[in-house]
Amino acid sequence: MPKLRGLREAIAEEIEDGMSVFMGAALESLIPFAAGYEIIRQRKRDLTLMTTISDMQFDQLIGADCVSRVCGAWVGNVAAGLGHNYRRAVERREPAPLAVENHSNFSMALGLKAAAMGVPFLPTRTLMGSDFREEASFADVACPFTDENLLAVRAVKPDVAILHVQRADEEGNAHVWGNLGVTQDAAMAAGKVVLTCEEIVPHEVILSDPNRTLVPGFLVAAVACVPLGSHPSPTQGYSRRDDDFYFDYHAQSRDRAGFDEWLERWVLGVDGHDGYVERLGGERVARLKPDGDHMAAPVSYGY
Amino acid sequence: MEAVEASRPFRIATLSLRKPMDYTRRELMVIAAAREIRDGERVFVGMRLPLLGFAVAKELHAPNAIGIFESGVLRDWPALEPIFTMSDPPNVAGALFCCGLIEVMSLLQSGRVEMGFIGGAEVDCHGNLNTHWVGDDGRRLRLPGSGGAADIATLAGRCVIIMNHERRRFVPRVQYVTSPGYGDGAGWRERHGLPGGGPSRTISSLGIFSFDPVTREMQIESYHPGVTVQEIRDETDWPLKVAPDVTETPEPSRDEILAVRKYDPEGVWTS
Repeated sequence: MPKLRGLREAIAEEIEDGMSVFMGAALESLIPFAAGYEIIRQRKRDLTLMTTISDMQFDQLIGADCVSRVCGAWVGNVAAGLGHNYRRAVERREPAPLAVENHSNFSMALGLKAAAMGVPFLPTRTLMGSDFREEASFADVACPFTDENLLAVRAVKPDVAILHVQRADEEGNAHVWGNLGVTQDAAMAAGKVVLTCEEIVPHEVILSDPNRTLVPGFLVAAVACVPLGSHPSPTQGYSRRDDDFYFDYHAQSRDRAGFDEWLERWVLGVDGHDGYVERLGGERVARLKPDGDHMAAPVSYGY
Repeated sequence: MEAVEASRPFRIATLSLRKPMDYTRRELMVIAAAREIRDGERVFVGMRLPLLGFAVAKELHAPNAIGIFESGVLRDWPALEPIFTMSDPPNVAGALFCCGLIEVMSLLQSGRVEMGFIGGAEVDCHGNLNTHWVGDDGRRLRLPGSGGAADIATLAGRCVIIMNHERRRFVPRVQYVTSPGYGDGAGWRERHGLPGGGPSRTISSLGIFSFDPVTREMQIESYHPGVTVQEIRDETDWPLKVAPDVTETPEPSRDEILAVRKYDPEGVWTS
């Protein structure tokens, strides 16, 4: 099967009910919102969503009843506040009960790193004295050399990591820049990687700057070209953050009926990602373009 | 080299609409946060008021401070435009260092970050913070969780807590410890092996609070102009002690106020 596929096919063929799916790896930027919307359209069920900070995306998937478990450090709407669907699911089991496994950002990163390194845990000094260290992901461990007491973080191995990146070639070799969060750790930890990207570039472009390559493409199962695929989150060099979109969602999702209307307008009632971009409108899309280039100085790989 | 210069100047505030010396309580909180940052320090900045505090400190008394963001960004000058999240593009362009979360947290864990700002839904008399859930079992309210706050609370050289002062938020004992302060008091951090120094101050909308060096209990260090000790006590759900040398929070200077408005020209965070 070719790796380069449409978003619809990539989600249909790579994401199965019951999987654990890592998203939001860069924190508040490069969130694969378009892939999340497609998961909702295809009515995937019983997913375990994993993240460090999930800015609004997990709230949408929880409200759309795709999720039975969340494993992460923070679920809500970063600029606007609490996640209403997250609250309804945890507090009132609406639309369905939701299990939560709590991490901090660092402990999640360490869990991914352990899986990426192929070891069962990593030791840390963080979270000593926090109540959530009592959860199953953590255990006391003594240093074998100094006897010092440390915290062990169990490896976190998602079935799939979905990542949005700036550019990739047809084999899934991807360039990504800006803040990386746990992007590389998630890609290395996951059973497979599904990429969405702003543009598909020739293989030679990737080879021209190997320090910028996320992971070797052989870890990538599928890549889909989805310009604006991180909207409303930003993609450095391609699109700004659509702040209003977050505030509007926060206001509309306050009650269940408002969320259902939001979902119909932006996800279920549009024809895939193209329909979503059409609904955004040309003026809004134009406003999201960066005001200008902020070019890096070129580097020489001369030899 | 032209390519690495900033593409846009900062937007400068229209000051004519607001008298410079008429400051808001939030502006005072930002200025108090800025005063906590010493020159040359490496600071986990966070968002909203502390982010502005970092910009003000850089502008005035701490030009060599470095701001650290857990998304994987280090900056030696403030973001190029007002931002809503630490991953917004103006906070990345012109950064000193972009990396992964493991790298910035490793700087923290290895003792190379002097200070971090944190907040929460609840704080207690020993500076423990809760951002997981509040309410009793019949009606629990689920909050977003730790993010990186618990890591900063555990590992930073010292922490400054910043939050609105309300009786339901200033409680004798938090229901859930997300970000540990001094636990149940003296010696607790040492017993539990927390490497960081713990909270040095709390900045609230009513005053500034220190922690008694012996008991590690929060105490009023200064009350903001226009606020009384009694008002602060009324908005605190335990018998809050008063530091022996309690005083009024120093009024912001004109330079401090202008610096806040340079970075929050429309009062998005401080009005």
